[in-house]
Amino acid sequence: MLTGDRGKYLGIIMGLTFASLIMTQQPAIFLGLMTRTYSFITDVSLPDIWVMDSKVQFVDDIKPLQDTELYRVRGVSGVEWATPMYKGLLRARLANGTFQSCFVVGLDDATLIGGPPIMLEGNIEDLRRSDGVVVDIDGARDKLAKPSRESGGKSVPIKVGDSLEVNDHRAVVVGIAKISRTFQAQPIIYTTYSRAKSYAPRERKLLSFILVKAKPGQDLSVLTRRIRESTGLAAYTRQEFMDLTYDYFMKNTGIPINFGISVLLGFMVGAAIAGQTFYNFTLDNLRQFGVLKAMGTSNRILLQMILLQAILVGSIGYGLGVGSTALFGYFMHDSILAFKFTWQLLIFSGVGIGLICVFAAVISILKVIRLEPAVVFKS
Amino acid sequence: MLAVRCRKIVKIYDSGGQRVTALGGIDLDIATGELMMLVGPSGCGKTTLISVIAGILDQDEGSCEVFGKDLAAMSNREKLKFRASHIGFVFQAFNLLPSLTVAENVSVPLLINGIRRAEAERKANSILEQVGLGDRTTFLPSQLSGGQQQRVAIARALIHDPGLIVCDEPTSALDHETGHTVMQLLKNTVLQSNRALVIVTHDSRIFSFADRTAEMDDGRIVKITDTSAAH
Repeated sequence: MLTGDRGKYLGIIMGLTFASLIMTQQPAIFLGLMTRTYSFITDVSLPDIWVMDSKVQFVDDIKPLQDTELYRVRGVSGVEWATPMYKGLLRARLANGTFQSCFVVGLDDATLIGGPPIMLEGNIEDLRRSDGVVVDIDGARDKLAKPSRESGGKSVPIKVGDSLEVNDHRAVVVGIAKISRTFQAQPIIYTTYSRAKSYAPRERKLLSFILVKAKPGQDLSVLTRRIRESTGLAAYTRQEFMDLTYDYFMKNTGIPINFGISVLLGFMVGAAIAGQTFYNFTLDNLRQFGVLKAMGTSNRILLQMILLQAILVGSIGYGLGVGSTALFGYFMHDSILAFKFTWQLLIFSGVGIGLICVFAAVISILKVIRLEPAVVFKS
Repeated sequence: MLAVRCRKIVKIYDSGGQRVTALGGIDLDIATGELMMLVGPSGCGKTTLISVIAGILDQDEGSCEVFGKDLAAMSNREKLKFRASHIGFVFQAFNLLPSLTVAENVSVPLLINGIRRAEAERKANSILEQVGLGDRTTFLPSQLSGGQQQRVAIARALIHDPGLIVCDEPTSALDHETGHTVMQLLKNTVLQSNRALVIVTHDSRIFSFADRTAEMDDGRIVKITDTSAAH
């Protein structure tokens, strides 16, 4: 019956498509953004445990330690190895004289543990060359790119062999790396721990993290507790540190509320459009429902008709909505936009659309159940 | 044989706190093979009476038996089944389902009675041939003229072979010639199959088709005229 009124049929489908799109696309962007908050941790896969100052709240909240803490951690029973890592925000001077803030990550000079997951150009070992640094590809193409020689021309990505200044120290690009985009969006420059310390302003404490590998068979929760007890530092497994960072952004930023409001609005607008149009459709066809009742159709069959139509438009709207979100993600996957489309979002959106359809169907069903079939004889 | 037997039917509506007597003690018998017309001014109770006879409205007092069954004594479920199998409806505004084809519309009563779709559509095509619409089975109602739509509605009312057909102003939306054709079709149906036909109408042009005419006023039947001898 519903397909007989193309205007209302399309109106309901558009409402549900919109709701489904908003209920998947916005959470996908939210998840993408939240994933970026701890992407630096996920990129460092080798260590089991991250050790840091006990007051650290998230991955970019650096509260440096003294280098001597590294030796204390190495002395804890169950630790296979422990390496230092420096992470700090420093200024890089570009070829045109402008400055750009960059995260400088200093890796253990001997092992280079904690480096970028994928090297696109060069080799991580090249960091051992004089003044060598590795730059992330997005930073190289964008914020660290050299300005065009022609006025208004496209900037030229920084490449292997180019040099820049990091806090008044010469740095030579020896490699380009692919890393996961981070929440802060600053370029990331990898170098050795000792060189990173020479770039950083002179301070008594410069050790950001201690990366720990547990001995084989060692229970990680026992080891983290042992490190905490014997050093007074905070020690987290990789997952715990990711959770700590994630929770910090959830609790201390407006991101969840903003996205939550968008999703709620999408749900409400979708429910209002679909519910109202579906109800109007029922009102317009009340006489037809009355005719069917008069001819002997039971309320159960009429309810099934309404539910079937609600399920039909819900399925189409849901499919179009999640399809649009998938297309959006596909076309944006190489852009700066954060986007993470998980199967849980499909369920979330499906439940949302299901609720809208149930709401739309219920208000119509109530009207049809109360309908007296004698209405068919009223002109 | 009696198709309808009404005794002392009373129906009172509550209208904004006021009690309005729509039917004030109606006695009426309608035999099979008879075409009964209910006529009278607006508000005289014709529509209420036909609703009670069709089993879609319960009277407050009295009894109404259709083919010997007291409708008021039936449960809702029984009443639905009874209507689905024994009563056909023809409405003033045709009331065809706009998104279904002509054949699908005509099939609806059979589907309600649990007949399989293919069988229902085969029968629908057959009866549409009988009403002269065999070449319009796949059309939508909106593609037909008023007269054609009413013929579809008549086919729908007849397809499940009901013993009683109730019609509400079946010709008021049609021109004289089309109305005449539609009435002839209904009349032939009654004569051929020994059904009972109750028609509510204001349209004096079709009074001559009736076997008997019951004139109503103020919720009562004031006069019954037998015109069967004139046919």
